[in-house]
Amino acid sequence: MATATARSPIILLALISLFLHPFLSASLSPGESPKGRRVLVLLDDLAIKSSHSLYFRSLQSRGYDLDFKLADDPKIGLQRYGQYLYDGLILFCPATERFGGSLDQAAILDFVDSGHDLIIAADANASDLIREIATECGVDFDEDPLAVVVDHIGYAVSDTEGDHTLIAADDFIDSSVILGNKKIEAPVLFQGIGHSLNPSNNLVLKVLAASPSAYSANPKSKLSNPPSLTGSAISLVSVVQARNNARVLITGSLSIFSNRLFRSSVQKAGSSTRHEKAGNDQFLTEISKWIFHERGHLKALNVKHNKVGEADEPAMYRINDDLEYSIEIYEWSGSSWEPYVSDDVQVQFYMMSPYVLKTLSTDKKGVYSTSFKVPDVYGVFQFKVEYQRLGYSSLSLSKQIPVRPFRHNEYERFIPAAYPYYGAAFSMMAGFFLFTFVHLYNK
Amino acid sequence: MAASEASSAATATATSLRHAFGGVLSFFILLLIGVLAFSIRLFSVIKYESVIHEFDPYFNYRVTQFLTKNGIYDFWNWFDDRTWYPLGRVIGGTVYPGLTLTAGTLWWILNSLNIPLSVETVCVFTAPIFSAFASWATYLLTKEVKGAGAGLTAAVLLAMVPSYISRSVAGSYDNEAVAIFALIFTFFLYIKTLNTGSLFYATLNAISYFYMVCSWGGYTFIINLIPMHVLLCIVTGRYSSRLYIAYAPLVVLGTLLAALVPVVGFNAVMTSEHFASFLVFIIIHVVALVYYIKGILSPKMFKVAVTLVLSAGLIVCFAVVAILIALVASSPTKGWSGRSLSLLDPTYASKYIPIIASVSEHQPPTWPSYFMDINVLAFLVPAGIIACFLPLSDASSFVILYIVTSVYFSGVMVRLMLVLAPAACILSGIALSEAFDTLTRSIKFQLPGISGGKSEANAGDASSASAGAQIDVVKAGKTEETAKERPSRKSKKKEKEPVEKPPINPRNEKKLLVLPFEVSIVGIILLVLLGAFYVVHCVWAAAEAYSAPSIVLTSHSQEGLHVFDDFREAYAWLSHNTEVDDKVASWWDYGYQTTAMANRTVIVDNNTWNNTHIATVGTAMSSPEKAAWEIFNSLDVKYVLVVFGGLVGYPSDDINKFLWMVRIGGGVFPHIKEPDYLRDGQYRIDSQATPTMLNCLMYKLSYYRFVDTDGKAFDRVRRTEIGKKYFKLTHFEEVFTTHHWMVRIYKLKPPKNRLRGKTKKSKSKTSSASSSKRSGKRARNPWQ
Repeated sequence: MATATARSPIILLALISLFLHPFLSASLSPGESPKGRRVLVLLDDLAIKSSHSLYFRSLQSRGYDLDFKLADDPKIGLQRYGQYLYDGLILFCPATERFGGSLDQAAILDFVDSGHDLIIAADANASDLIREIATECGVDFDEDPLAVVVDHIGYAVSDTEGDHTLIAADDFIDSSVILGNKKIEAPVLFQGIGHSLNPSNNLVLKVLAASPSAYSANPKSKLSNPPSLTGSAISLVSVVQARNNARVLITGSLSIFSNRLFRSSVQKAGSSTRHEKAGNDQFLTEISKWIFHERGHLKALNVKHNKVGEADEPAMYRINDDLEYSIEIYEWSGSSWEPYVSDDVQVQFYMMSPYVLKTLSTDKKGVYSTSFKVPDVYGVFQFKVEYQRLGYSSLSLSKQIPVRPFRHNEYERFIPAAYPYYGAAFSMMAGFFLFTFVHLYNK
Repeated sequence: MAASEASSAATATATSLRHAFGGVLSFFILLLIGVLAFSIRLFSVIKYESVIHEFDPYFNYRVTQFLTKNGIYDFWNWFDDRTWYPLGRVIGGTVYPGLTLTAGTLWWILNSLNIPLSVETVCVFTAPIFSAFASWATYLLTKEVKGAGAGLTAAVLLAMVPSYISRSVAGSYDNEAVAIFALIFTFFLYIKTLNTGSLFYATLNAISYFYMVCSWGGYTFIINLIPMHVLLCIVTGRYSSRLYIAYAPLVVLGTLLAALVPVVGFNAVMTSEHFASFLVFIIIHVVALVYYIKGILSPKMFKVAVTLVLSAGLIVCFAVVAILIALVASSPTKGWSGRSLSLLDPTYASKYIPIIASVSEHQPPTWPSYFMDINVLAFLVPAGIIACFLPLSDASSFVILYIVTSVYFSGVMVRLMLVLAPAACILSGIALSEAFDTLTRSIKFQLPGISGGKSEANAGDASSASAGAQIDVVKAGKTEETAKERPSRKSKKKEKEPVEKPPINPRNEKKLLVLPFEVSIVGIILLVLLGAFYVVHCVWAAAEAYSAPSIVLTSHSQEGLHVFDDFREAYAWLSHNTEVDDKVASWWDYGYQTTAMANRTVIVDNNTWNNTHIATVGTAMSSPEKAAWEIFNSLDVKYVLVVFGGLVGYPSDDINKFLWMVRIGGGVFPHIKEPDYLRDGQYRIDSQATPTMLNCLMYKLSYYRFVDTDGKAFDRVRRTEIGKKYFKLTHFEEVFTTHHWMVRIYKLKPPKNRLRGKTKKSKSKTSSASSSKRSGKRARNPWQ
């Protein structure tokens, strides 16, 4: 036992340093991107590499190192010796029934669960494998394998009167974090299958929704019963931000990425304006930036708290102490960490429920701070920052701090309200002394 | 008085040698008694190892470690953030510090003498050391009551009484270990003051009472018993200034000192447990006043004064009583706290406070436990009571009162058997000593009768003179004391002398009791046999019944000794494989051990101060997995620890305690209902169990993968096959199970990283995939 007690501080130190290690390394390299740039692209057919080259080129121009492989290549492997070889994965292989090499559904989901990003493009006749991966991420493709999204009102005008499966969609999510500051003017051309989201699932976002007149059905057969997916419940492009901030893009169209639609001009049915270039390029480039964490990625560091007037962080507070709390929050701009500026970051002083909830004020240089009085309750509290905003990676920090009651010598020595009692005690003492004196010597 | 003084002076030269011999003999006997008391408690160290036992001692050990490391002021102000997460516990203000300070002081003294013992060693051996002290205190107390012979006998009996051994074996580092010594010593000092009327002893008594208050909540027994005795003395007309000196300083000084102990504080004047002492304090002053007035007034005047005061006083009394009744009637509990009610009405706790009733040591004892714990003393006590009445003195009336009240309290709670044990030892010691005294005297009286039969005439004097060294020692001691006391008292107040004369020399009337020679011989042999039986039983109890440390279990089988060290295995796993700030949830029984041995934060522990918090854990254990996960997650719990005895047949496991969790949880959170867990009022875990039972967290965590052990999932404690054998955990994962499956540790799974969609097709796919996996199992075991 004696040796164990002697050893425990060392273990404690070791554990603390282990725990702090990621934070330290993050804070030491402020110019480093939150994510790496090695991306594996799995294709059904190497022809896609050229037919979708515009999209790939935009990625490569932003510094991504794309590694193209056939989906059934027997040498595919996401990790080696427990280390992931890639930071992102693009699945442009809707028809693949099974991957080559060691890759399978579980491996891809593990890839996401360990914080890596994923782009899935399905298509009509998407394989069960791709559908299942999408389902695991919270997106349900239309179960009918032949169904595609049809819109007889919001279709893209083309030279030939087609079956209205090429849709001009312009119902974007209202978030400049995800889609960039520049408004996407031209509608996005979409041709493929739709999917639906569970409304109770708060991790999935509908980025591009179909118009209210759209429905999902087989355009070649006659519609015998009402389609299961209709209207704006159909999502064309969705993103998932998992709890560990891994981001996933899911769309039911592979052709949305294609050079053909990138270059095509677009006119939505019923609209007089004809855009020279479809919105696909801008939309997908911007959303790829978001998916690969070039935007909307926050980091918090240097959580500090101390008593007012002191610099050091105490191991414990006393009730009714005044304390200061500060935290630095930065956003990755694509090239550097910029101070994140917002007026809605809050800190909780929390013990089973928040005792103090304060909005932090920022100095516009990334530092958020506030000060408050520790409540008159002792216990093990936590400083909690739970910051979840649309498009931003979620920040969830908690730091445990005990709050102790007064020490025995920290109470007030004399209370004004008790002066009658002090008086009583001392007069009693004096009286007793006098009495003793009189009793002993008055004879 | 003068005669006895003269006779003692006459026999002084003749008996001084014998007195000296008797004194030395008593001293060595006492030394041996101390050795006996210490060594009989070492069975646990010899049979097991030098280790702290059970639950509460681990907390005391942890507190002692803190004390020795950080000093007394930090201990006083210690806010412990590792228990009762997230509420924390102010240890300094909620713990009786006597034991800790005692062991800390011992350790400090030993270390400053360059004896480098570890804190653990000191803690392990504190209880045996103090049981030696307790035997000596018993000697002193009994000596004050009935002389040195009875004192020595009582000390021997107490040194090995099983009830006390059960609480003070080496390693049983609990408050009672020092408190029993403090209790007996306080009583001794009270009796000593009562016999001598010395203010010095009265002050010592208050200090000893202070030590008792520091040590144990049982101090309320003292502060109620002594006033009762004072009242008894007053009522029976035994008021004397010695009684006043014995009582009044104790109340004033004792209450002041008791209020210094943080855990008592204002309770010393506020709670009903202390009211009796103040009431008697007032009464004794009134009585003293009456005696004083009686002394200065003539009898006639006194009668007039009495009628005046009585008529006036009665009116005032009626008014006060009427106000009191009105006040009491207006309060819902009629002025009684729940705790007092549970002592006065033994069924109160089991009806209304499940958390008190759930503790096994708070149950009323069974008859066999009396025989187990005090053995033959149970039969000797009545004889001792009779001996105390022959003649009744202040001191012996106190002992009678002590035994009567402690018998009652031991009937309320098993735990209070411990208070009964010293009383039983004292009275049995008196009984045995008186019996031996009578029998040996009869033999001695008749031995010369056989040879000559001459000295029958002055039998009385001869017998009292030659009744054995011990009695002479007592007598001499007594007379010496009075000789010492008297001049000083005389010089102070002469007129009080007749009132104050203590009833010493009670032995003069004994001369008549002479038994036939043969009867005496047989009686002595029988008594020795009885004593031998007692010794055999005590040694057996110390060696077999009460020495198990309960963190290491053993069982004997045909293959030999099996050792189950699963608890320490689990705690060691926790301390090595989890992070320092991780929170571990378990039922409160294991809280102290987890903080002390695994050094991890716990949600609830054996200091059951917050019923709601315990009920929260009970509710989580009684809930289905998801609800339980949410409760635990809200408390930042990372690991859940359950104790499971089904594999090896360890009966005090969590499944057997589970109904208490349901009851305590349901007491605060009404959606947990006990009938949901019972089938037709029966608690069962087999296939007849209710679905609520089979789906609650405790069942799942206890029996997860249990079927893998023998293929049948046969629970050896409940002696049945369990109801639901194959199930998966969705929100918890097993991280560690000890060698004999006695402790199982589960980790809360983190919330899902992704939320799954819900396509029907994919669901059927997964189920088919998993069913293909399971098919192998299905061939082996019939599925449900």
